[in-house]
Amino acid sequence: MSIIISTKNLTVSYGIVPVLQDISFAVEKGDYIGLAGPNGAGKTTLIKALLGLISGSGEVELFNQSLPKFKEWQKIGYLPQRGNGFNPLFPISVSEVVALGLLANKKYPKRYDEEDRKKITQALEMLQLNNIKDRLINELSGGQQQRVFLARAIVSQPELLILDEPSTALDPQIREDFFTLTKKLNAQGVTIVLITHDVSHIGQYANKLLYIDKKVIFYGKFSDFCHSTSMHDYFGEFSQHLICHQH
Amino acid sequence: MGLFSFLQYGFIQNAYLAGFFVAIICSVLGLFLVLRKLSLIGDGLSHVSFGAVALGLFLGFYPFYVAIPLAIIGSLFILRLTEKVKIYGDAAIGMVSALGVASGVILVSVSKGFNVDLFSYLFGNILTIGTKEIILSILLAILVFILLGIFYKDFLVVTFDKEYALASGINVKRVNIILAVLTALTVVLAIKIVGVMLVSALLILPAVTGLQNATSFRSALITSALMAILSVLGGITLAFFLDWPAGATIVVINFVLFVISFIVKKLGK
Repeated sequence: MSIIISTKNLTVSYGIVPVLQDISFAVEKGDYIGLAGPNGAGKTTLIKALLGLISGSGEVELFNQSLPKFKEWQKIGYLPQRGNGFNPLFPISVSEVVALGLLANKKYPKRYDEEDRKKITQALEMLQLNNIKDRLINELSGGQQQRVFLARAIVSQPELLILDEPSTALDPQIREDFFTLTKKLNAQGVTIVLITHDVSHIGQYANKLLYIDKKVIFYGKFSDFCHSTSMHDYFGEFSQHLICHQH
Repeated sequence: MGLFSFLQYGFIQNAYLAGFFVAIICSVLGLFLVLRKLSLIGDGLSHVSFGAVALGLFLGFYPFYVAIPLAIIGSLFILRLTEKVKIYGDAAIGMVSALGVASGVILVSVSKGFNVDLFSYLFGNILTIGTKEIILSILLAILVFILLGIFYKDFLVVTFDKEYALASGINVKRVNIILAVLTALTVVLAIKIVGVMLVSALLILPAVTGLQNATSFRSALITSALMAILSVLGGITLAFFLDWPAGATIVVINFVLFVISFIVKKLGK
């Protein structure tokens, strides 16, 4: 089985405050990883370190290439945490935002061709955005914006999808549709790493759980998590039962 | 004399030509700067240029030859400060800006001989626009359009969502350097028309006006460029007939256009 992500002793600090300590794990092709942990556990920091957005010590490899040498960014679809980064005053339409997901590794001057336009239409359809594709992003509700950014993450048909709390602001129906979509993509071979607070819910979709609290608390199959005595000690019987009862 | 007889004056023709190209460049770059919350970089770089012009006059060189490299260095220094020293852009701009003005004031105080020349750089003087400035503004406009033609999509994604751009492997550093260098060159050129004190207005106001009723980034670019051209050419014309300073007139027209655009937006809601 080929390894898509691997970290060895990854440590990240903000100033002198350590946020992640000695994180080591490997994600195999076709995995669907639920990345969970309490507030401030370092989940988003871990994702950012994997993508080279923040630096740390230790080793990170993507698609068997060390992070500093990795160039095949078109293989990765990324959904940042909601509200992070994007400029709400920027006058850009929904379809233009989705199209930005095709820019990685495109040859200059990076014009979109017919194939790209098909992919954009497909992504808009998958996230039910066709009826609002010409609207400006800053005119949309939070939930609609989230769907647009999801479409941007999947438009390049990536091999690895990294999603930071993707279901925030989605209404229940759209949320379930979205998780079903991730399951479908996973079944097609897309590897998924998804940050969530809802460990019990992600158990219905993910095959593995990476639970961190500055360091790795648990990494393995969901079923192992539910039967782990160490997790029983960590969470307590009641919490472990709550997390696992839906699985 | 007919109404358009003023067009026969060489200095008006020069001002129109240089102003036309500087207006376009300012509006395009200004849009990226405003959206990236770097609006005041023009202010900071114009102050650096003030110090550089003073140095040029002090040393007896054509001031632009000193101002261009120093403004580029100042611009890259601001960039470096925000990236490496972990301070916000406005603080970095403030630091470099203050250093520029301080250097200029010291040189003026030491030399005591070129205050009149320096005054024309502070508030702009269209009478001083010659062939050299026209050629420079055309070359700069060509450079801006070539670079934007190649890197437009990178500029777009970095301005819209920098973190996503980084995660897509976009060379954000290159985009920043291009923007910083082009802005420095533009500020130095625009100083001849509107002066050190008002140059940032030429970068900010057309862009902000263009954003008021924008239906896309392209429409914001076009509106900004039209507003900038209208204000610069209109300002030069009005200044000629009313005997007002051209730089200040251009800024006032820009502000009026912004107010009109804002009212149109409110009425359209």
